[in-house]
Amino acid sequence: MSTKIALSNLSKSFPSRSAVITAIDNVSLDISSGTFCVIVGPSGCGKTTLLRIAAGLENKTSGEFSIVREDLRRPLNAMVFQGDSIFPWMSVWDNAAYGLKMRGVGSGEIREIVSHYLDRTGLLRFSEYFPHQLSGGMRQRVSIARAFANDPEVLLMDEPFSALDEQNKLILQEELLRIWEEHKKTVLFITHSVDEAVTLGDKIVVMTASPGRIKAVVDIDLPRPRNILELRRDPKFGKLVFQIWGYLRAEVDAARARAS
Amino acid sequence: MFFGERLIGIISPLLLLAVWEVFVRVGWISPQFFPAPSSIVEALIKLSRSGELWLNVSASLRRLVFGFVIGGVPALVLGIIMGLSRPIRLFIDPLIASTYPIPKSALLPLVLLIFGLGENSKIAMVAMGVFYPVIMNTVTGVLQIPKIYFDVGANFGASRWEIFRTVALPGAAPFIVTGIKLGIGMGLILIAIAEMVGADSGLGYMIWNAWQLMDVETMYVGLLVIAFLGFVFTLLLDELERWLLPWRKTI
Ligand SMILES: Nc1ncnc2c1ncn2[C@@H]1O[C@H](COP(=O)(O)OP(=O)(O)OP(=O)(O)O)[C@@H](O)[C@H]1O
Ligand SMILES: [Mg+2]
Repeated sequence: MSTKIALSNLSKSFPSRSAVITAIDNVSLDISSGTFCVIVGPSGCGKTTLLRIAAGLENKTSGEFSIVREDLRRPLNAMVFQGDSIFPWMSVWDNAAYGLKMRGVGSGEIREIVSHYLDRTGLLRFSEYFPHQLSGGMRQRVSIARAFANDPEVLLMDEPFSALDEQNKLILQEELLRIWEEHKKTVLFITHSVDEAVTLGDKIVVMTASPGRIKAVVDIDLPRPRNILELRRDPKFGKLVFQIWGYLRAEVDAARARAS
Repeated sequence: MFFGERLIGIISPLLLLAVWEVFVRVGWISPQFFPAPSSIVEALIKLSRSGELWLNVSASLRRLVFGFVIGGVPALVLGIIMGLSRPIRLFIDPLIASTYPIPKSALLPLVLLIFGLGENSKIAMVAMGVFYPVIMNTVTGVLQIPKIYFDVGANFGASRWEIFRTVALPGAAPFIVTGIKLGIGMGLILIAIAEMVGADSGLGYMIWNAWQLMDVETMYVGLLVIAFLGFVFTLLLDELERWLLPWRKTI
């Protein structure tokens, strides 16, 4: 399949008062079109920074980053941000419609698309609610609906489920897989959870502790469509989780050693 | 319980009025300074029958509205622009910080000099009073908006104008409303002062004129009406706030 996202020798450092913090160090990676790519790595290894560069919200320091554009009418990317990011001053509906409105999509089309995704995320009943009337899980779903509704070529998701309890997380992972199966968009998904990475991903990129480099890239050849609960009984699933934990273990230890 | 508390709130002013009335009638306090509430009400009725009261109230209201728009709208727009752009903020901030501490009432002679004795000087005074609290609260309001909302705007392709309209303005709205409330209070103070000098209508004029004629009751009517206007404005703004900011959990 054709390359959708290409990183070559990508580096990013932040100047600070005392020293320069290197967040990402010389990362090269090719992600082909339609891949669900998951990035795991210890806290502070530069995952969010990488995604922000992909979203065009941060400048790279050196190297190359590119997303191949296929359809000029669609936005290049849409981000599901780490933490609360839906506008408190807009209703659920207006939040989900935000990207479409900014793009000047016609109101009839907006109504159709937004109601589709609010329905898919189980929020249609809450269209007129304001964020403060929703649970944390529901707010996260609005953020996901907003990104999907915008129909980007690449979806960027920064730990979208990490603030949720286990049950909500499971439900949302299932919803995400279901929606993703419909369109097979290229996804860059960040998580702390190895289980989540193996459950969702086609390809897992393990990053080293700060500065972030690529430690390993693992292809996940579990069949799709995936049933999250069934998956856990698959011995292949356990093996993959074990393998990735092995890579990660050393890095997490290293990050902790450096912190203390 | 709720009605009980409301009742307590009404009792104290009523009690004060009753004591006042009794004291005047018994002759313990001088009606020259503190005319009995009943005679103030009489004066109020007389002034409204003759049309004099409405004339003055409408003159003051008109100046308040014009001054409010002329001072408030630029303050709002400039405040948001300053909140969004650091260079512009750094450029304008010193001007505001250095002129804000000047008591606006002390500028009345200068304003009269520039705008003359007519309507414009009154409107200018109100505009100045409204301008400062609105611009300062608006800047603060924009600055406290979490950065992530601007990132969302950028990521979803919002233009500068759309960022202004969909992020900065609503995000700062709670602070802007506070600024407007303070601004209206300031406007009321300044209109009363401005109308006492070289005006021939308005509540301030009515009070000042009553003083010159030693018509103490009319003076009290003026005070009463200004207090009432302030009270009504507060109620209206609270209502406006509920309507404009339905997304706030605190109201
Ligand atoms: N705007 C910034 N200015 C300075 N340093 C920054 C900035 N953003 C990130 N950093 C630094 O870059 C490094 C990587 O941060 P980043 O947020 O990308 O980590 P992360 O992998 O997403 O961590 P987490 O899993 O905890 O979210 C950190 O050391 C952080 O302190
Ligand atoms: Mg992060």
